[in-house]
Amino acid sequence: MTVLDTDLRPAEPPRYVVFWQRYRRNRAALLGLGLFAIVVLMALTAGLVDPGDPLRRAGLPLVAPFVDAANPLGTDQLGRSILSQLFYGARISLLVGVVATLVSIIIGIVIGALAGYFGGWVDDLLMRITEAFQTIPNFVLLLTLVAILGSKIEWITLAIGIVSWTAPARMVRAEFMSLRNREFVDAARNLGVSNTSLIFREILPNALPPIIVYASVIMALSILLESALAFLGLGDPNYASWGNMIGQGRAVLRTAWYCSAIPGIAIVLTVLSFSLLGEGLNDAMNPRQKQ
Amino acid sequence: MLIYALRRLLQAIPVIILIMIGTFLLLKLTPGDTVDALVGDMGGADADFIARMRAEYGLDQPVWVQLWRYMVKLATFDMGQSFVYEQPVATVLMDRLGTTLLLMATSLSLAFSIGITLGAFAARRAYSLTDNLISTLGLVFYATPSFFLSLMMMLLFSVKLGWLPVGGIKTIAGFYTGWDHVVDVARHLIMPTAALSLIYLSFYLRLMRSSVIQVADQDFVRTARAKGAGETRLMVHHIMRNALLPAVTLFGLQFSTLLGGSVVVETIFTLPGLGQLAYQSVIQRDMNTLMGIIFLCSIIVILVNFLTDLLYARLDSRIELS
Repeated sequence: MTVLDTDLRPAEPPRYVVFWQRYRRNRAALLGLGLFAIVVLMALTAGLVDPGDPLRRAGLPLVAPFVDAANPLGTDQLGRSILSQLFYGARISLLVGVVATLVSIIIGIVIGALAGYFGGWVDDLLMRITEAFQTIPNFVLLLTLVAILGSKIEWITLAIGIVSWTAPARMVRAEFMSLRNREFVDAARNLGVSNTSLIFREILPNALPPIIVYASVIMALSILLESALAFLGLGDPNYASWGNMIGQGRAVLRTAWYCSAIPGIAIVLTVLSFSLLGEGLNDAMNPRQKQ
Repeated sequence: MLIYALRRLLQAIPVIILIMIGTFLLLKLTPGDTVDALVGDMGGADADFIARMRAEYGLDQPVWVQLWRYMVKLATFDMGQSFVYEQPVATVLMDRLGTTLLLMATSLSLAFSIGITLGAFAARRAYSLTDNLISTLGLVFYATPSFFLSLMMMLLFSVKLGWLPVGGIKTIAGFYTGWDHVVDVARHLIMPTAALSLIYLSFYLRLMRSSVIQVADQDFVRTARAKGAGETRLMVHHIMRNALLPAVTLFGLQFSTLLGGSVVVETIFTLPGLGQLAYQSVIQRDMNTLMGIIFLCSIIVILVNFLTDLLYARLDSRIELS
């Protein structure tokens, strides 16, 4: 018997294959992925569907859906095409969702990592600040920030990020507190690795999975916050936004309810897709976790 | 218990101080100050006069002195003057507080009771058709923005069916008294309550479902079942009591988000509460009132959290109070 005859275990499939196999098991998550793909596709093809400005007059005002071939989903009270606003709105929703989530997660990681890694008075101070942010109703704070900074889309996105970092900060802190005294961290510390690289290169990669799953929740909440702002007329007036469409549709609710119903359904399906994606990611990343 | 309560209250103090500093910074970040607003109202004044007014309002002092004075004033609930309502901010806020608290109370009770019932129901039939149906419903509730739901309810119940009033807290020309008044207000609150509670209902539903599934797996439940306890008794006496604990904590945690959500709902249904006031203050740039709302809301949130903590400590005997 030579060494070559030993029963070798078959090579493990690559990580992403395993990941996909786990993800695939959850049928609802597949539905979420499908919905998400549709929204992304809408955002990408907005320019093809309507190369012009989605906020220009495209036809007679208040044309019902499925009547006019030029405006398949009808027009609003200013004669703007609902279909092209819907496609361009997907762009804004996704953009705000992704960037605001990044902002909030970066703030959350920095604050949570410092608090969890150093402990002591740093932790006390940072946690009191986190508590203060959690205490102030986030939508009221968002309104205030928008009142101060103005309604440009960049500021709105930043403001949404600023009001939603507390939950990721707490999660990162909890992860850091449980990881900071593990053997691999001690080993790295004894090798003379600096605090900065301990935090970012040793601990953070291990603390990330739950944060990535939670990112889908923040993304959904950011989209809801942006649409609520736009609904109240505080969004950026230069871009088509689903919330703004619903807000404008409110004036003609009695006669042309489709003006607010169509973008409303778009928001519901988009947020739903993020929730389902999040559940699928959770199943795939924490396979041992009990529900 | 008393010592525990006192210690919890002491922990709230640094948070309140931080919020005071926060509102002060936000006021400072806003372009223009009190004197600018006053002078604008008067239609302009000469530089000498403006400088004297700045001195009178203490705006020529260093930032630290201004901050200290601001905090001392806030601590006595003196939140300055509202330039839109021409009244002290505290008076304006107190006029509005009742409506918002009423809306909070109805929404939270609705979300809590229905969410918990549905969640427990889903958990008892885990992974069945009923469970899938309820869980899907929860996901859809979670994804529906309150303003969209509000509009669709208005369309159905007010425009098409004519059953419920579109907005306001009472019929203005009604002059109802006694029970008629209560019924009138209740009718006005049905849609706002439903719109505001839906997303929290889904939170309670999900939490309760996983909590019941978890508790039902534990040894003491098996023991009770072995001793011959019926399924209903098991559910009510053994499982629910323990599964409710996490739901109680959520009560306090979600209160601040709920207050934020009331901005949209109160604005849509023209309810004269703090949320609507917050929206109007943003539109009218009434920063003093806006900061007053932030401060008052934070105090309410801290109080609610304090009360839920006490309730939790009372319910869960595993917590040591000392």
